Amino acid sequence: MTEALAADTDVVSRLRERSIEMRLANLELVEVAGSGHYGPSFSCMEILVSLYYGFLRVRPGEPQWPGRDRFVLGKGHACSALYPILADLGFFPESTLGTFTRLGSPLGDHPDMRKIPGIDFSSGSLGHGLSIGTGMADGVRLAGRDSRVVVLLGDGELNEGQVWEAAAYAGHRGLANLLAIVDVNRVSVDGFTRDLLDFEPIDGRFAAFGWHAERVDGHSHADLLAAYRAFDERRAADPDGPPTVLVADTVAGRGVDFIEGMAEWHVGYLGGVDRDRAVASIRRMFHREGH
Amino acid sequence: MRTAMNIAPDGSRNVADLRDPASFDHVGRDEGADFAAGRVLADLADTDPRIVVGCADLTYVTRLAVFGARHPERFLYYGIAERNMLGAAAGLATTGLIPYVCTFACFSAILGYENIRTDLAYPGLPVRVLGTHAGISMGFFGTSHHATEDIAALRAVAGLMVVSAADPVATEALLRGTVEHDGPVYFRIGRGREQTVYTGVDQLRLDRPTVLARGDDVLLLATGVMVQEALAAARSLAADGVAATVADVHTLKPFPAAAVAELAAAHRSVVTVEEHTVEGGLGTLTVEALAAAGVGTPVHKHGLRDEFALVGPPTHLYRYYGLDGAGIATVARRMHERRATTRLVAEPLWTADDRAAVLRR
Repeated sequence: MTEALAADTDVVSRLRERSIEMRLANLELVEVAGSGHYGPSFSCMEILVSLYYGFLRVRPGEPQWPGRDRFVLGKGHACSALYPILADLGFFPESTLGTFTRLGSPLGDHPDMRKIPGIDFSSGSLGHGLSIGTGMADGVRLAGRDSRVVVLLGDGELNEGQVWEAAAYAGHRGLANLLAIVDVNRVSVDGFTRDLLDFEPIDGRFAAFGWHAERVDGHSHADLLAAYRAFDERRAADPDGPPTVLVADTVAGRGVDFIEGMAEWHVGYLGGVDRDRAVASIRRMFHREGH
Repeated sequence: MRTAMNIAPDGSRNVADLRDPASFDHVGRDEGADFAAGRVLADLADTDPRIVVGCADLTYVTRLAVFGARHPERFLYYGIAERNMLGAAAGLATTGLIPYVCTFACFSAILGYENIRTDLAYPGLPVRVLGTHAGISMGFFGTSHHATEDIAALRAVAGLMVVSAADPVATEALLRGTVEHDGPVYFRIGRGREQTVYTGVDQLRLDRPTVLARGDDVLLLATGVMVQEALAAARSLAADGVAATVADVHTLKPFPAAAVAELAAAHRSVVTVEEHTVEGGLGTLTVEALAAAGVGTPVHKHGLRDEFALVGPPTHLYRYYGLDGAGIATVARRMHERRATTRLVAEPLWTADDRAAVLRR
């Protein structure tokens, strides 16, 4: 094994551990609310962890640092996966997590940029995020900054027509500093996206709009980190080149084996015994995948 | 970075073969209109690097092409995709820019309503939304192109400033006066063919309605293109011995309630005039202001009622709905002669018979 590969293995192992911790922290948040978006939060946990611990240039002590990379959580309902990460990085005190969804809390079940340090844009209404991201990508370029802009969308969110207005614009404009990630967890509230309104092949659709599109395993830190590196290489080679979309295949509720892939667990509450089972399942997953 | 449009240096469309003298605000007819916005924003952008402009396929008709010609690197073309344009403007604003995005009012305010609310107002971003061809000024293009609910809809959006320009001078004053406003602004603009009612930008102050004519009997409160018609009405009323004040209520949110109530208290009756539904617009705002101040001067809300407008040339529509000088004068005269005892005269003073008479002409 080369030194670089050994270092990579080390990084991946740390990220994997972090993804477990953040899932457990997410369960704690849900305890406060009595309601959680388990499916769509756990499906994107590796994406969020790899971004925040392995890719994004941000300053937790200076959340509005103009030179930072931007992150837009298009699928705002997954914010309970993001809040523990922001607290862990020091954007706000861990104790704030205990106020999740309570009266007057900054932490609602969809994120608010005016109330939460580290949130670059408020979200909750699906279909807006990619447009916001194109504006950010144009804005940082007009200012001559090297910032990257990352937007995380859900596969159900792609039903919104505005996504494709933004996709057309970004492809036409050549926003090489824009990285979209689609969390293809295959479920929305009513069932399986493939049955309800099928948008596959998602990579093919984005490619037709002028994007560099590739499929990745959304639970593989190694795959995600490699894709981020390739994105940086492409935009360095051609700053006016196509934007990138990573179509990340994921499993809804990943880590809690008895709800994995189930549309019924888009929103719900795992309390009492179920919560203990969920914790056990998440810990098992950590061991199952081996270290 | 690709730019979408190659605009001639003077901002003209530069395609003579498409000119059709019979068309309406299209190529060939758009050169007569003065929207001020393109020129004023280009002037501002000469010294203010924060200003960027976005358009959605109506670049020439709205005259924002003037900006695109002078500042091509800060002119963003979004295609026929208004919702994306509004969202992108929000993203641009987060990076320190002040985006001005422009299209017809029916598309910016009505189609884009949720984006204005959720992307601009909720985060409190300094995006400026320009809605031209407001009210029924698109005439025979029909209901899809009319914006007769935009004031009512947008006044309900928290933290959004709503202004309405009576003429190109007012547009310039409102644009210049709000550059530093810390939050989103909606500009309600007409067809760019209004008679000039302002003599200079200094005549308009953001914090109060502009009194453009004075008289003791009737107070005509008008907004947008209706200001010129209210002034014509005042001249006609004067000939009949009825003295009218005409005030341009250019700022609708935050509404200058105290100033409006003070003006109303000094008159025997009030008529509000808007090319907009009377449910939730200038008239409603006025009634609320008077009630809050305890001013009992009777009010009549003149405008569209619970209806979509007919199609027709804009000037014919204004005549039909009693929204031209003659119609407003008739309504004001009836209000004056009525000596109303209730605070709100709710039934139409421009009646179905009046409308029918216009159709017969």
